[in-house]
Amino acid sequence: MSNKTPISSVNDFVVRFANVNGSGSASANELFARSVLRMGVPVSPRNIFPSNIQGLPTWYEVRITEAGHLGARGGVDLMVAMNPQTWDKDLAMIEPGGYLFYDSTKPMPSSKFRPDITVIGVPLTAICNREYTDPRQRQLFKNIMYVGALSALLDMDVKAIEQLISEQFKGKEKLFDANKNALHLGRDWALLNLECPIGLRVQRADKVGDRIFMEGNSAAALGAVYGGATVCAWYPITPSSSLADAFTSYCRRLRVDPETKKMNVAIVQGEDELASMGIVVGAAWNGARAFTATSGPGVSLMTEFLGLAYFAEIPAVLFNVQRAGPSTGMPTRTQQCDVISCAYASHGDTKHVLLFPEDPREAFEFGALSFDLADRLQTPIFVMLDLDIGMNHRLCRPLTWDDSRKYDRGKVMTAEMLDAGKEFGRYLDVDGDGIPYRTYPGTHPTKGAYFTRGTSRDRYARYTEEGAPYADNMQRLLRKFETAKDLVPRPLIANSDKPTRYGVIYYGSTAPAMDEANQALKTAGKNLDLLRVRAFPFHHTVEDFIADHDFVFVVEQNRDAQLRSLIVNECGIDPARLVPILHYDGTPITARFIAKSIGERLDALKVTPLRKVVS
Amino acid sequence: MTYIAKPKFHHPSLPKNALGYTHRDYEGKVSTLCAGCGHDSITASVIEACYELAIEPHRVAKISGIGCSSKTTDYFLNASHGFNSVHGRMPSVLTGANLANRDLIYLGVSGDGDSASIGFGQFAHSMRRGVNMTYIVENNGVYGLTKGQFSATADRGSKSKRGLTNNDNAIDMVAMALQLGATYVARAFSGDKTQLVPLIKGAIEHQGAAFIDVISPCVAFNNHAGSTKSFDYVREHNEAVNRLDFISGRAPIHVDYDPGTTQVVEQHDGSRLVLKKVSADYDANDRLGAMNFLGHHASKGQIVTGLIYVDSEPEDLHTHFNTVDKPLNALSEKELCPGSATLEKINAALR
Repeated sequence: MSNKTPISSVNDFVVRFANVNGSGSASANELFARSVLRMGVPVSPRNIFPSNIQGLPTWYEVRITEAGHLGARGGVDLMVAMNPQTWDKDLAMIEPGGYLFYDSTKPMPSSKFRPDITVIGVPLTAICNREYTDPRQRQLFKNIMYVGALSALLDMDVKAIEQLISEQFKGKEKLFDANKNALHLGRDWALLNLECPIGLRVQRADKVGDRIFMEGNSAAALGAVYGGATVCAWYPITPSSSLADAFTSYCRRLRVDPETKKMNVAIVQGEDELASMGIVVGAAWNGARAFTATSGPGVSLMTEFLGLAYFAEIPAVLFNVQRAGPSTGMPTRTQQCDVISCAYASHGDTKHVLLFPEDPREAFEFGALSFDLADRLQTPIFVMLDLDIGMNHRLCRPLTWDDSRKYDRGKVMTAEMLDAGKEFGRYLDVDGDGIPYRTYPGTHPTKGAYFTRGTSRDRYARYTEEGAPYADNMQRLLRKFETAKDLVPRPLIANSDKPTRYGVIYYGSTAPAMDEANQALKTAGKNLDLLRVRAFPFHHTVEDFIADHDFVFVVEQNRDAQLRSLIVNECGIDPARLVPILHYDGTPITARFIAKSIGERLDALKVTPLRKVVS
Repeated sequence: MTYIAKPKFHHPSLPKNALGYTHRDYEGKVSTLCAGCGHDSITASVIEACYELAIEPHRVAKISGIGCSSKTTDYFLNASHGFNSVHGRMPSVLTGANLANRDLIYLGVSGDGDSASIGFGQFAHSMRRGVNMTYIVENNGVYGLTKGQFSATADRGSKSKRGLTNNDNAIDMVAMALQLGATYVARAFSGDKTQLVPLIKGAIEHQGAAFIDVISPCVAFNNHAGSTKSFDYVREHNEAVNRLDFISGRAPIHVDYDPGTTQVVEQHDGSRLVLKKVSADYDANDRLGAMNFLGHHASKGQIVTGLIYVDSEPEDLHTHFNTVDKPLNALSEKELCPGSATLEKINAALR
């Protein structure tokens, strides 16, 4: 059927499922991805979903990658086209020589196919209608059935899938049997009627190891549990809602007092983002570890409070799961587009600490760390996730925790310290690091009380509108920000084994695509030194790295090269030395895109000027 | 000026309360409000109420928004932590603070602009959540700090000092608080300390969302003819439902009262509110009746004052959340961190 040689690949291809939102496909698609994982082959799945509950198109992409490339690759080798609405677009996306899997119940005119792909039809609806009478069952089991058919076509271990189903329906034998039955209906039909396997195959390997498969939002939420958060206030917004939801469900398991069955946490769904941030600020002022989870538009609403928290020096943690903006932008698509708005959130001279986790493991680590940093620095800490990390399952190293670790509650003056005669000035820089001591309300009957305000005050928190104490305080806040540079996670540098004049700076969810692109560029003889920024304010190594290279590419997922601007602005770097590589269409950045963009620019740099003709 | 320190010395024979504190221990900085401001009378009543209740000043957290009223938290309880937060956002800050430490007393001070205009949403949600607090609105119907604009509690038809007429309907904060589920709702006139002090005491002892709307004339911008929040207007139109005596459960004091004209409400903590009724058929335990009574008198142009509603078995936010008795800000790694063994199990379930 295909006039192009069908793609042949073992453990290295991309399957994309095109579904209708709300049709129950998500769990079947996830089952497929997990089955590959159980066969010891790494996968990298991504949800591409609409702002809708039912009816609109949704896609689930699974990159099967024995080499462990967890970034998006781009292109599709096998399209499971279950949505007639997007048929033409889905078909166009298949790589030449690729495969199309579809429900062949209703005959399609040949004009609806492509000559350069292999078409695989399975009459899913017909089989379902024959086997099931309940419409809901027909829908749900159709999904399991295509997983069954795919297992035959891709030569997958059916036992691995059955095992997963049995774990999912543990104790619900009837459901297990029904799902297993549907799986085999699809698989048996394919084995009987189709040529199995096709050119794409999943072969058992041992490349997953002890890694875990987790969403960044869950990991960040678990980080908040381990980091000792006791107050969470939030307002629903995609793509951050699942962070607060995960925190809630973890707390139901992990934060119940064993004796009284009461909760060691308070979680408030606020009436809006303003109230959520207000609750966080109030709780943190009063000595609790408090956080909110939101996305760009929510941060906009919180900015007045963020300015207050910066100036009044209140610890607060804000998880920003970024999505494409501006305004409501593309609420279900990914970007790294709030770097500037968070770094300088609010009115007046403000600067905030940002952390950039690359995957769920770092989301967990930075999630827990952010509470120590907030208490130590007495300022808001932003954990900058994005939809790509937050809402997709990502394979990552297992989470670890050192049981000897103590929470760093920062400089808190206790009643004992006050009684011992230690001088207390709320905004007094006693240690030269710009960080003053604070007291919790209710500490001491006569000492240590102070009045918190967003208006200017002197070192002892006394109201003043004088210029000198105001400037003195603002300078101290800058000193504190300097202190932060050595407390936040340092950048990670991976130097090329061959000397090079070119470097790359990148951060967050770009990491896996960057690593893969770097391998491709290296193979092509293009050597690069890499620096992954993990926090703002920037450690001096960022400046050193730029100084050590002729040109540095700054790879990011926004239009305006926001991290590059921040580096230029904060480190006083000549903008001409930082070359932006920008991807901002709402899809996750791919290795192909990075390798192509950087490769082309490097090639352009290599053009040797014509020798001046000497007459 | 707040940066001018108040002298600390006082007459040695100043009376002391049960804790040995004098009035001076409940005072704050010198007020920077206009001479004769109703808000300063409220400040005096807060000081009196805390003194009479023998509260430890440092066990109070005083939280406010922005505006003339919100500045007053600096003028009482010097030994308390105060937080002059963001315009209209006192309720959320107080809610968070309350969640962090349930053992302190939370005093929220706000104004009509702060609570009925910009902060109306937060006011509403703190009431419906049942945050355990005393929420005082110092209500003058006008923006003082920005010089005389109408607020959302200004009555329709009332005139500004500049001669403009307010055409918008007024928000009655008391009616709203009742509707939203506040469990202690009162209104008073700032100039009537004998009415206000027991109402504040009752609110502080109340273990739920207590709201007091205090009509507080603005001498600079809303005390002229045509204003419905002026001293003269409020005195003429005040319809008190009851006069309150407060009896603390911790230190019972015998008070004589005439059973024919009083209603005794025992609060959950054992304190008793003795209501000397002006209106004999008024029942302060009846939320629906209170709403009716309020509407009926409003239509006659009367401002109902007194303890309008009280639920003697209130629930608060901590009850709803089933939080531990120990303040959340006092929990340590031991209670909060599940540890590495649990994390191993979580890892295992994610493979």
